Amino acid sequence: MRNKNIWLVVIFILVAFSLLVDLKKNILIYNPFTDQPLIERDVDVKLGLDLRGGLQALLEADVPVETTVTAEDLLNAKNILQNRANALGVSEVVMQTAGDRRIVAEFPGVTNPEEVVAALKQTALLEFVDMGTTPAEEGSLIQTDFGIENAAATTESGEPIYHTVMTGAGLNTASVTRSQTGEFAISFVLNSDTTNIFAEYTTSHQQQYLAIVLDKLVISTPIIQNPITDGQGQISGNFTQESAQTLAVQLRSGALPIPIKVVESRTVGPTLGEESLRKSVLAGIIGLSVVVLFMGLYYRLPGVIADLALICYAIFTLMLFKLIPVVLTLPGIAGFILSVGMAVDANVLIFERLKEELRHGRNLRQAIDLAWSRAWPSIRDSNTSTLITCLILFLFGNTFGASIVKGFSITLALGVGVSLFTAIIVTRTFLHTVLDRINLADHPRWFGL
Amino acid sequence: MNIIKNRYVYFLISLLVIIPGIIFMGLNWSKTKTGPLPLGIDFRGGSLLEVQFEGTRPSVEEISALYKEFSTTEEAIAEPVIQPLGEDSFAIRSKTMTDETKGRLVTEMETRFGSKVTLLNFTSVSPSIGAEVTRAAGWAILFAAVAILLYIWWAFRSVEHPYRYGTAAILAMLHDVFVVLGTEAILGYFLGWEADALFLTALLTVIGFSVHDTIVVFDRVRENSNTLRRVEYETMVNHSIVQTLDRSITTQLTVMLTLFALVLFGGDSTRHFVLILLVGIFSGTYSSIFNAAPILVVWENHEWQTWFGRKETS
Repeated sequence: MRNKNIWLVVIFILVAFSLLVDLKKNILIYNPFTDQPLIERDVDVKLGLDLRGGLQALLEADVPVETTVTAEDLLNAKNILQNRANALGVSEVVMQTAGDRRIVAEFPGVTNPEEVVAALKQTALLEFVDMGTTPAEEGSLIQTDFGIENAAATTESGEPIYHTVMTGAGLNTASVTRSQTGEFAISFVLNSDTTNIFAEYTTSHQQQYLAIVLDKLVISTPIIQNPITDGQGQISGNFTQESAQTLAVQLRSGALPIPIKVVESRTVGPTLGEESLRKSVLAGIIGLSVVVLFMGLYYRLPGVIADLALICYAIFTLMLFKLIPVVLTLPGIAGFILSVGMAVDANVLIFERLKEELRHGRNLRQAIDLAWSRAWPSIRDSNTSTLITCLILFLFGNTFGASIVKGFSITLALGVGVSLFTAIIVTRTFLHTVLDRINLADHPRWFGL
Repeated sequence: MNIIKNRYVYFLISLLVIIPGIIFMGLNWSKTKTGPLPLGIDFRGGSLLEVQFEGTRPSVEEISALYKEFSTTEEAIAEPVIQPLGEDSFAIRSKTMTDETKGRLVTEMETRFGSKVTLLNFTSVSPSIGAEVTRAAGWAILFAAVAILLYIWWAFRSVEHPYRYGTAAILAMLHDVFVVLGTEAILGYFLGWEADALFLTALLTVIGFSVHDTIVVFDRVRENSNTLRRVEYETMVNHSIVQTLDRSITTQLTVMLTLFALVLFGGDSTRHFVLILLVGIFSGTYSSIFNAAPILVVWENHEWQTWFGRKETS
């Protein structure tokens, strides 16, 4: 191994850097010239909801399966929900889109999930609905064709289905105003895309009724007197100042481009989370210690060196978990512990090979180089197959918002990657460094021979 | 040591392990009418509520009555399955209910049974998403199998008949999948264990590990087929197995040690998961030594021509 000293330096720097990250909760480095913070990074361990308690909800677009939901709509819905959640005062809310019609929402430490879910579910879907020549009664529920392609004229039970001209997504702003008679109303401004649609529609449907419908509930059915071409209009109804204000706020911040429903909800109480965390960490430490002991006893000197590499492995992986950051969940920790097993396997493969080569009468240095080069194809191929499984697991978990599966695949894949480095480079560098300082012929037993 | 010579004995052992599992899958199916395994709420939808009572724990009947009162036509949560957990807790499985219903239910528990109730865990999955996840899980396993088959085919392109190695690895993997599913079916039948998302994770890990192990043995066959050209195929494969045996056992031991640590100290929530992993990983090592490599020999000799008493043609 020619670059041994370079590798020693690289490993030393990596260990030092990793320890720095591992032991701190945040990194703050000042620029020595200006005294301003140069790098500021929070590197605390991120715990999943199963370990710290909280609510995870999987939300789905509540439109028929045949209807495609555009990525833009889903993203907008996510952002609006995020705003609503932040307004509730829940900290560290994480929202991510999953697949093409779902959103995963995570609320750490939440103990009142029913309230959070209720607040999120207020879809405030505003629709402007074509009623033709008959007005609808205020406060009645009607069916609309929003999100349904080629809708029939009536439902199966015979109720009429009305056409939605546009939704609240086309609104630019909404605010409370008072009409000349002193009634509260909401005036709105459309954005540029919908202004034209609305102008065209109001021109061709004069003297017809246009219902303003919130969550399928008719708020008012004004008659179209004149074409509205400037994109400005008013919603009047029996509003009090308060109800007008609420509606205006909902329309501004909460007009979801698509209606949503909760399809999955998981709440873990803080007590259970704490206990799981304590137990898994204990199990991890015991498991690692047993492996370290076993390797040392079974493989002697190389085993002890592999143990050092294994400790480096644990230090590196923790550093990556904190820097990336990877959210640690229960299955995530299981994936990490499993990857320890695989990390050891790479060394076992090499050491068994080393013993074989030594038995064939090669000198130690040759044997070490041969062991590494001959064990490499099997290490490469076996770990690649594990990575392939991880990739498929990750895609599966990502699409279905199954964060259990996702967490497991990420930690296992990271572990496999790091273990390749420690088993191949770190062990070998350490072994060569030791060999430079001892005379092997004197100590064959150190190699278990 | 001659493992290849007794290959049919080892195939028989595998069958003897797999067949009871398949029988219990059938028994489960006729019992639940839904499938070979009792599925958890992750896959079939439903709600799981785990609560801890600070004072005296109410009886199962009292909880059941409470659920019946809260049951409506939209949320038919009557007749829940109630399982005592430890001294002071319950795990209650029912049809899907919303967070809101759960909130009212827990409040009612506190007032009615006069005890502070701590929510340990609440999961609610709608049936539609459960069905979708089940389907997707099937696809995920199929995709993984095909991807691995193609990879091995490619990685072994330097030897003769590389597809045989891929296929043998997949057959050994299927062996492990059946061992795991069978174990789960038996445990499900007797202990009421349900397959959940963690079970799926365990199954996929076993698949990964199984192939990992098989490749290590096959790698030796690949290497030896270049260096030991004069040796008969059967002998060469056997030699490869024996050469990698030390490694297989050692790795098996270390993985088992870590998993045992998890079983003993890892807490209730992962015990089921780890137990399935233990069974699956043991099976993975067995199948790579006693199934995967022998299948190569069976294929090389075209032994199926003599399986049913017909004369060997070659």
